[in-house]
Amino acid sequence: MRSLFRPSVLPDPGILDDHRPLIRSLERRGFLRGGLSLGALTMLTGCDVSDSTSVGKALRAISAFNDGVQAALFDPNKLAPEYPSSAVLKPPRFNAYYPVEDVKPVDGAAWKLELAGLIQDRSPWRREMIAALPQRETIIRHICVEGWDYIGQWSGVPLRTFLERVGADLRAKYVAFKTADDYPSSIDMATALHPQTLLATTYAGETLPDPFGYPLRLRMSTKLGFKNPKWITAIEVTNTYPGGYWEDKGFNWFSGI
Amino acid sequence: MNILAIDAAPARARRLHPLAVRVMHWTNAAAMIVLIGSGWGIYNDSVIFHGLHFPVKIGSWAAESLLWHFAAMWVLVLNGGTYLVYGIATGRLRERLLPIRVADVAETVRETLHLKLAHEDLTTYNAVQKILYIVVILAGLAQVVSGLAIWKPVQFSGLADLLGGFQSARLIHFLGMAVIVGFLVVHVALSLLVPRTLWAMLTGGPELPARR
Repeated sequence: MRSLFRPSVLPDPGILDDHRPLIRSLERRGFLRGGLSLGALTMLTGCDVSDSTSVGKALRAISAFNDGVQAALFDPNKLAPEYPSSAVLKPPRFNAYYPVEDVKPVDGAAWKLELAGLIQDRSPWRREMIAALPQRETIIRHICVEGWDYIGQWSGVPLRTFLERVGADLRAKYVAFKTADDYPSSIDMATALHPQTLLATTYAGETLPDPFGYPLRLRMSTKLGFKNPKWITAIEVTNTYPGGYWEDKGFNWFSGI
Repeated sequence: MNILAIDAAPARARRLHPLAVRVMHWTNAAAMIVLIGSGWGIYNDSVIFHGLHFPVKIGSWAAESLLWHFAAMWVLVLNGGTYLVYGIATGRLRERLLPIRVADVAETVRETLHLKLAHEDLTTYNAVQKILYIVVILAGLAQVVSGLAIWKPVQFSGLADLLGGFQSARLIHFLGMAVIVGFLVVHVALSLLVPRTLWAMLTGGPELPARR
């Protein structure tokens, strides 16, 4: 029986011959592309793929819901347990999206901290100016999203003190950070104002070593390790969701502990 | 006449597994499998036991496994909570799982060792079955509690302390998983050996005698 899909008038087969090289190159390209996506299927590299699927969207939506639940569970007055200095790990454990050999030290003398967004006085800060602000020390547990942990001793300016000093809008939703190692990050304002949230400048009583964020890093007692950016170069107070390096790849944004 | 009418249309017979139980059972099965598989993916990122990695997992990398884990946890908690309230309120848990007598346990063990699996009557569970079901319910509860301690070791620092700290809570969470996986292996194997039990969990199973 004649196929229903066969056109009643067939095109001139000469067309095929005229364009033979083009058709062959298209076929080769198709094979290449097919092979690539087959390869990709065997090692789905995650959220770039799943994010576009309905399952990926649903999972992200639940993760956003979990952000809300965690914000509700967060007690702004509850201090994380502190530990004796004998429990402190020296040096601390390094972790980043690249190995420790790739750390590019920041020149502290040339370094300055830029400010942006809902802040009254946005003039940049230098190390000496930050060192002149009231300091606080915390000896707290660092918990990584992977599951490992250690006790670290950090001191620096409470982020609350700094934000009050520069006239930040403390009713804004987010505090966002930019870093020298291209590791954008952001936190909720409630956590930014927590007493144990520090702009840390020392570890175990000594100036912050290069791999751990010299000259300035964030250290919070109430969030997972990856939420603490190192080598901070800019702080922005904003009501627009800023995301972050790992958060944009699918890790939960709030990541409170 | 009235009495006859009542006799002709008796109250709906009680089935071994009412619809609500079947829905909750399969919902729980799905949630458990997702939690176990995604938990293996999360575990692989920083192992507790040197050399022990899980070859299969849900989620192609840690971020995806975490998304699955923290989505399925809601299903487990809501469904499991409903199941426990239902089981206690209707008396099902007590009726099915209690009492457990030492003599019955010995009897079941002896029969099992002689490869005699008594299962003519699906409506009564043997003593070992009862213990297994109670253990897996307790393991599920332990997973929720230890999971909370791992998720919020600062907000629930008292709970984390109670479990011996963050790493200890993590170990408990791992062991709870191991107990549940162990149960799952036995449970699935036995239901495949006696497919009527599997069928009963799909269709409701035999009618139960009227309650005294």
